[in-house]
Amino acid sequence: MIASYLRRGMTAGLLAGLLAGFFAFFLGEPSVDQAIQIEEAAAAGQQEEEELFGRATQKAGLFFATGLFGVTVGGVFGIAYAYFRGRLAAGSEWNRSLSLAGAIFAGALLIPFMKYPANPPTVGDPATIGDRTASYLAMVALSLLVVLAAWYAARRLRERGTGAPVRQLAVGLGLVVAVGALFLALPAAPDPGEFPAGLLWSFRLSSLGTQIVFWGGLGVVFGLLCERTSRREPLGG
Amino acid sequence: MDRNSLERHISLGEVPLWSWLAVGLLLALLFVLLLASGELLFPLLGQAAGVADYLHEFAHDGRHLLAVPCH
Repeated sequence: MIASYLRRGMTAGLLAGLLAGFFAFFLGEPSVDQAIQIEEAAAAGQQEEEELFGRATQKAGLFFATGLFGVTVGGVFGIAYAYFRGRLAAGSEWNRSLSLAGAIFAGALLIPFMKYPANPPTVGDPATIGDRTASYLAMVALSLLVVLAAWYAARRLRERGTGAPVRQLAVGLGLVVAVGALFLALPAAPDPGEFPAGLLWSFRLSSLGTQIVFWGGLGVVFGLLCERTSRREPLGG
Repeated sequence: MDRNSLERHISLGEVPLWSWLAVGLLLALLFVLLLASGELLFPLLGQAAGVADYLHEFAHDGRHLLAVPCH
């Protein structure tokens, strides 16, 4: 059973990843190009930095990156779905798929993005990449834990028969406090310095959009694939 | 039918070993794709870490637009 979800997850992930790649190519690449022009203008006169790949190759690499990102994330999503599907309150494969994709998007992406937003090339000191990677990964892991804890608390309260307003307020408040504590506890995001604010905003918006397209696509395609199977063999899976 | 599917719980102990390994492998792949770079791995691997930069540079735009820290 888990293997079939893994397979569907990887398929859905690949499609969603390529879709996100198209979004990023058309809406994100212009900002990346402008950021690189700023970098090159600042470096003018200094010795040329040797590039492994030209810009055209890197743009092709974008689809490689989002596609492979989709396959791997989709695989993990499929296995997580196999584990969680019997535990989710949502009543159909379609609803469960969308809920799980939404929850993981919030924990693995949206909350970390609020703390450590995406940065275009030239923002961020290469010397601090180790520390920045560590605090980013810590933020992703802890945010996922917070979302998991909120889901678990809501489930326990529901089992105890707590009414919806009390349950949702309690879980919501807990979520806000926990996320606030994470924001305060982890090191600050790097300062973009003199980088143009408008360009920074449009880059970050397109980067967030890329992830929204990916997670939306993953939830939708995975949900459709599962619905199709459960119609064909109602008790199988 | 939903009742049936709700009863089909898998407890953590029942999750087969291969799927833990698969999750580990996929996450490792994700790390190499999104975060690994010569600079990051240098303290760990020394000069050999430079190999990671080929993938790093090829996936460069994807990394930035997928919102992960990239040099």
